[in-house]
Amino acid sequence: MHIVDRRLNPSGKNLANRQRFMRRAKSMIRKAVHESSGSRSIRDADQGGEVVLPAQGVHEPSLHRAASGGIRDHLLPGNKEYVTGDTIPRPQGGQGGGGSEGSPDGEGQDDFRFALSQDEFVDLFLEDLELPDLAKRKVVDAEALSWSRAGYSVSGSPANLALNRTVRNSLSRRIALKRPKTAEIEALRAQIAALADTEDEADRVRLRELEEELTRKLRRTGVIPYIDPIDVRYKRFESHPKPVAQAVMFCLMDVSGSMTEHMKDLAKRFYILLYIFLKRRYKNVDVVFIRHTHQASEVDEDTFFHSPETGGTVVSTALEEMQRVVEERYSPDNWNIYAAQASDGDNTASDNDKTAALLVNEILPVCQYYAYLEVGRDSEHFPPGFIRRDSDLWQTYSTIIANGAPMAMRKVGHRRDIYPVFRELFARKTGAEATTA
Amino acid sequence: MTLVTPRAERPLFEGADWEFSTIQRCHDAIEQVAIDELGLDVYPNQIEVIGTEQMLDAYSSIGMPLFYKHWSFGKHFARNEAMYRAGMQGLAYEIVINSNPCISYIMEENTATMQALVIAHAAFGHNHFFKNNYLFQQWTDANGILDYLEFARGYVMHCEERYGEAAVERLLDAAHALMNQAVHRYPRARTTDLRTEEKRQRERREHDERVFNDLWRTVPGKGNARTDPTAEERRRALLQLPQENILYFLEKTAPRLAPWQREILRIVRIIAQYFYPQSQTKVMNEGCATYVHYRIMNRLHERGLITDGSMVEFLRSHTNVVFQPTFDDPRYSGLNPYALGFAMMQDIERICTNPTEEDIHWFPAIAGNQDPMATLRDCWANYRDESFILQYLSPHLIRHFGLFHVVDDSNEPNLRVEAIHDERGYRKIKRALARQYDVSWNSPDIQVVDVNLAGDRKLILHHRALNRVLLDERDAKQVLQHLADLWGYDVLMKEIEPTTDAVLKEHAATPRGGIVPLETS
Repeated sequence: MHIVDRRLNPSGKNLANRQRFMRRAKSMIRKAVHESSGSRSIRDADQGGEVVLPAQGVHEPSLHRAASGGIRDHLLPGNKEYVTGDTIPRPQGGQGGGGSEGSPDGEGQDDFRFALSQDEFVDLFLEDLELPDLAKRKVVDAEALSWSRAGYSVSGSPANLALNRTVRNSLSRRIALKRPKTAEIEALRAQIAALADTEDEADRVRLRELEEELTRKLRRTGVIPYIDPIDVRYKRFESHPKPVAQAVMFCLMDVSGSMTEHMKDLAKRFYILLYIFLKRRYKNVDVVFIRHTHQASEVDEDTFFHSPETGGTVVSTALEEMQRVVEERYSPDNWNIYAAQASDGDNTASDNDKTAALLVNEILPVCQYYAYLEVGRDSEHFPPGFIRRDSDLWQTYSTIIANGAPMAMRKVGHRRDIYPVFRELFARKTGAEATTA
Repeated sequence: MTLVTPRAERPLFEGADWEFSTIQRCHDAIEQVAIDELGLDVYPNQIEVIGTEQMLDAYSSIGMPLFYKHWSFGKHFARNEAMYRAGMQGLAYEIVINSNPCISYIMEENTATMQALVIAHAAFGHNHFFKNNYLFQQWTDANGILDYLEFARGYVMHCEERYGEAAVERLLDAAHALMNQAVHRYPRARTTDLRTEEKRQRERREHDERVFNDLWRTVPGKGNARTDPTAEERRRALLQLPQENILYFLEKTAPRLAPWQREILRIVRIIAQYFYPQSQTKVMNEGCATYVHYRIMNRLHERGLITDGSMVEFLRSHTNVVFQPTFDDPRYSGLNPYALGFAMMQDIERICTNPTEEDIHWFPAIAGNQDPMATLRDCWANYRDESFILQYLSPHLIRHFGLFHVVDDSNEPNLRVEAIHDERGYRKIKRALARQYDVSWNSPDIQVVDVNLAGDRKLILHHRALNRVLLDERDAKQVLQHLADLWGYDVLMKEIEPTTDAVLKEHAATPRGGIVPLETS
């Protein structure tokens, strides 16, 4: 018998199979990933985790018998009351007397659930997307220094001793100066020992020569050190100021009575996508939630999405609040600022001009990107040919964009539209030019 | 036991921790009991310690240490991993491979007691069964399997490099779908060599000469009418039809497969065949291993080689394994092969040593023979589940389990209790239970019956729907599609009522051209 310890074998033996599986189920996994984004909170949206695929999608078919029909025999343990000839009403749904035999391949028809790693999750989520206008990477002061190797130096701390390099230098120096090798000296000594007791005259002469040579070599060894201070090298490190890529994401949302749960859900999904995306690009991503009715305030995530609020709709208040927060905490010099606004498009008519002015003069200049998402009702169906009047905000923003401001706007009416719209906004190679839906 | 047991001075281990020397000591002590007292005959053992991920790995590639790559293994891995991480499923303590040397995987998380249990169970129980059972001897080659798997993996990899992963994947998908129909269920006559062939041909000639009578020529015959059926007969004989091993049939006769594709079909088929005995001996194999570990652990305890604490731990685990919930229990999910097998082995031991009147009546051959181990070794060597239950399920055990037989006929409004554990029912229950373990009874009988290679090359299969149980339609359609892709021409499957030959249902499929190129005509 022998025991083999296989625990140290390289792990991830199944990686190739897993990749194949992922590739095969890619379209389904992608769909599952997008659907799962609804149930997550914004901050842990990119944690990876379990996704559920429809069982049929990755089903491996085999020829087996159907689960019902025909004559079947069941042998069951634990009889308590039945006698031969009894009849039992056919159980519904396979439980009870008929026995739940399970499907023949041992796999139920349940959905197939498995865990994605964070990387897999985000990769699928953000395939082919790119942040527009990534230019503003601010170099900030002290704490963001990073050290990296930069060649060798002749001075340094012993901890940084570059052993290989030092020995290499010493070796070449020893060769160049012909320092006798230990093996040579050993060989000489052995020869001398062999001749030590000789009587022969010729041998005695030879012995003397050898002894002289040995003394010479030993002296040379003493003079030429094995490692000389000039051989010693240290690893050199250099500090670089590291570009701190940090971003803040402003979520602006209208929470007045006209915004239904459905609309908020749409908005949330969009924010999640944006958050994950920014998170991917920047080490630090702060999120600021600003909700507004006829007045605006900064709130935490839970309040933002879940607590109801009533009042009129004045969009400019939110922009003012955002401006205040930017000035207070997020200097545009140090932060990349992204903003996403979600609304059903209502605005108090008298506020439109103020909103436009604020946006153009104050907000857009400090933002990397400003997206406006107009959420509609799921049930909104319009007969073909029916032209819906554009909302107040939409009209206002259209004029801003028409004047060449860097912002994007889209309309979304259903959950399934969120992701395509997001992709459209961030698809690779599209310039920063604004587009209209 | 009248035997005086020498008490050991120290137990093999104390506490839950173990190291390699512990395992070695356990193995040696267990080996002594297994070989000297139980008379087991085993392949040399190789015990491999693995971690969780490796165990999950082994799960997904049906327990084999090396396997070719395919997405479905990744799928099983992902599934098992998710279940395991969610705590919905524990991992097995061991996996054992029918090879020579016999490889047992044991988990690093196991306690010392569990390691001893696992060694007794897998390295001796299963090992003995693999080496001695006739089905394994007949169908599997324990010496060659690891080499073959190595070859298979290399070959598939080579094909992927050469023909592309997509092509190989499509082929493997199709082959896997037909894996259940890829075994020879009966050992066939060996292919004859040239010399015997010549001899048989000479004998046929001689026979013809002996019975030659020129008068037959003058009898007016029907002429053409007779030639057609013979041509068809000949064709079928040439193709070895009817043929139930569909992959074998495709490998040998599919008109348009490339040689590498045939080789891969062969690999899948050979692996399927390797696992064929395991599905027929679940109850016996597990029963054997459970019985062996139970005997060994008790013996070690008697000798003072394991502590009382370990014994309690072992018994707890053992009773979990052989627990059989009753049919109305929410935990019920069929008969537990461990429970049934273990109970039957113990019952045989009881019949051999201490039979009742009833046992003597039912089992005159073994009742009271006072040599339970020899009897059991004989069972392990010469039976499979079906025949074992038919032979050895005792009335005592039927009463013990409270077994009853329910018939579910979809034409009747209600289920009917056909037999229960009473005098009239014993034989019926025994027969019905044995049948549940009979592969030829519980897997569908599907055969390739005809193909006209000279004509449209349409492949015709029959499923003889035993008890009017049809195939699962959605799966059947998909599998048939795969089959059509492999065959390269149309495929038709008829589901046939075996008594009347009436066609109950038909499925047809046309090739999509994913595996072999479509004929452009």
